[in-house]
Amino acid sequence: MVYVVIIFLWTAILLYILLGGADFGAGIIELFTSRANRPRMRKKMYEAIGPVWEANHMWLIIVIVILFVGFPKIYTTVSIYLHIPLVCMLMGIIARGTAFVFRNYDAVKDDMQKVYTPIFVISSVVTPFFLGIIAASAVSGQIDLQAKDFLSAYVFSWLSWFSVSVGVFTVTICAYLANVFIIGEAENEQDRQLFTRKARRTIFVVMAAGGLVFLAAHSEGIPLLNWIFSDVPGIIALIMATISLVITFVLLNRNKPVMLRLLAGFQVTMILFAATYSHFPDIILLKGGDNLSLLTHQGQFKTIETLGYALLIGSIFILPALVYLIYSFQQKKGSTETH
Amino acid sequence: MDDFLAARLQMAFSLGFHIVFSCIGMVMPFFMCTAHYLWLKRKKAVYLDVTKAWSKGVAIFFATGAVSGTVLSFELGLLWPKFMEHAGPIFGMPFSLEGTAFFIEAIALGFYLYGWNRFHPWFHWFTGVIVGISGLLSGILVVAANAWMNSPAGFDFVNGQYLNIDPMKAMFNEAWFSQALHMCVAAFVSTGFAVAGVHALMILKGKNVNFHRKAFQIAAIFGTVAACLQPISGDISAKDVAKRQPAKLAAMEAHFHTEKGAGLIIGGIPDTATKTVKYALKIPKALSFMATGDFNGEVKGLDQFAKKDQPPVVVVHYAFQIMVGLGMAMLGLAIIYFIALIKKKGWAESKWMLKLFVIATPMGFLALEAGWTVTEVGRQPWIIYGVMLTADAVTPMPGIAYSFYLFTAVYISLAIIVSLLLFRQITMVDKLYDSSTDKKIQ
Repeated sequence: MVYVVIIFLWTAILLYILLGGADFGAGIIELFTSRANRPRMRKKMYEAIGPVWEANHMWLIIVIVILFVGFPKIYTTVSIYLHIPLVCMLMGIIARGTAFVFRNYDAVKDDMQKVYTPIFVISSVVTPFFLGIIAASAVSGQIDLQAKDFLSAYVFSWLSWFSVSVGVFTVTICAYLANVFIIGEAENEQDRQLFTRKARRTIFVVMAAGGLVFLAAHSEGIPLLNWIFSDVPGIIALIMATISLVITFVLLNRNKPVMLRLLAGFQVTMILFAATYSHFPDIILLKGGDNLSLLTHQGQFKTIETLGYALLIGSIFILPALVYLIYSFQQKKGSTETH
Repeated sequence: MDDFLAARLQMAFSLGFHIVFSCIGMVMPFFMCTAHYLWLKRKKAVYLDVTKAWSKGVAIFFATGAVSGTVLSFELGLLWPKFMEHAGPIFGMPFSLEGTAFFIEAIALGFYLYGWNRFHPWFHWFTGVIVGISGLLSGILVVAANAWMNSPAGFDFVNGQYLNIDPMKAMFNEAWFSQALHMCVAAFVSTGFAVAGVHALMILKGKNVNFHRKAFQIAAIFGTVAACLQPISGDISAKDVAKRQPAKLAAMEAHFHTEKGAGLIIGGIPDTATKTVKYALKIPKALSFMATGDFNGEVKGLDQFAKKDQPPVVVVHYAFQIMVGLGMAMLGLAIIYFIALIKKKGWAESKWMLKLFVIATPMGFLALEAGWTVTEVGRQPWIIYGVMLTADAVTPMPGIAYSFYLFTAVYISLAIIVSLLLFRQITMVDKLYDSSTDKKIQ
């Protein structure tokens, strides 16, 4: 049963990166859109993510609940030593979630929009940035349970060039997902060209940020290359991601929005797979070589069993409804009355 | 500021904030669906307008409740890691189910808010009902988790080890029913009175009266019916607390000395030094009856507990008095309103009735916050009653005071912005909707 729980955990993380990530990306590309195109971009984004945006963020709650119920030691270690980046991420979540509804549900459209929009845009960058930092800190052996002073226990547990570069990389991935996603939403040729151009640029940015991650890992002595290239599945995943990125680049010129979305999703899936596979079942790598493993630090038998059943039953309710929600709003674009 | 105090204050603040938003987000969908049902049945445009106006309120409160809830799921670990390390696997069941219920609520809300004219009208209405039901289920599940902290069950505590964990037993602990019932009814009372009060004010101001009158009626009926049910659920809760957490009951009542045929103390100033309550109104034998169902039953006083195991008496006592007092006031208003509806039609439309509802606007939420103060402060010094001390659960990280200031500042600004948004939604009604007449649309 613990494997069922782990599969749910991994899938929830993946879906949060894909769906939540595209959602963050919507805010990020708003930041990098010229003032003239911004209103058009924003309208398209709102139409695309409006119906699903609340659901997209539920995946994070599922991840957290699985961790604190099934793997409490892992949850509490992260909570204690990565307190500061977690608080920063929470600030982003609060600001973003509220600013999004506020700007769409304020009955008077006035200067308050100038307050909501920057908050939305900035928090769209801040939240995935700290998510990336947290993920990187968890696997890079920076957390030191023996640390005696404040700085080494609670600051250098996450503040490093590697973590920061993974943070930047996460932001670029979100922007990339959103950029590819929005191409399919374009209703005229002009929009389509604008979105395609942006998507192409984002691919270069993602690759640059990826290179940065490897550089930072190298300079801080984190054996990132070894992790990925030490076993065959990791190598295959990375090769597949690269090939599909090339295909994406080629297909950007043709009008194949669904294919593009699938490819982008596939690339992110492969990257997450490569990043997690070589450590499995370890999920937190600590300073000094001790690791927290999903298998040895799992909760008691009955806890894992009921959690597994709860997740299975939950997914029977959630998945069909979610699929139908996404399907309905992809199909019925005729009427756009939202209020 | 001491880290432990800062952590407790931050938790209290976050919960206090989340409770208000999640209650409105949980109950408003029922009002919205009622108005929507009336629109579908009677085809009067005013009901459609009320439905749409309320659905915006639901969207705003759902989003705020969702983010503050996400924050809480992290704060549990950020502030109380020792607690979560042991409690997580035991009381996690309701949380994992709540995740499902909440997810479904988010999906249904997507259908509802963006589904106008896209789906069959009754399917669309039904998605609104799902929002309400799954929201209510989420609330019940979260309260069941809190009930476990008051009434730990589903494990054996042996030499500091938590053995033989049974998550189902933990979820259906002794307190889950009484607490969840009391909380759900309270959510309906507070949201009902708050919404009714706002619309009553707008009727008094003479703006878009037809719209606000329809809205007022729906909210007032939900609120007043719930207010009449609340004393029954309160009685169930009191008897339950008396049995399981006698120290909490003693603190609620500032009941210092164990006695048979104990009197019920109303108001007064508890003096913990002399163990007396000054200037209080005392109803003979009523406390014994309330707690045990027998006028001569024995009620344990604070003298049964070591000083270090006693909750803060003054805070819990006042919070309890405030909750009961406000509950009684709302019950009184509810009874008057029912008399008006059944016997004296003129009263229901009268200015003084509306004024009473305007005065009662914040009462439900004040009572709700006071009630949570009773539950949470009354459990102290324990985080898991009788098993783990709150002081032992707090994070080792220093400097929590800064985190507390940060969260406080954020929540206060959020509260201000949400109030502004609501104010604008309400004052824009006459511009957004034309509901001056009962016109019908086919």
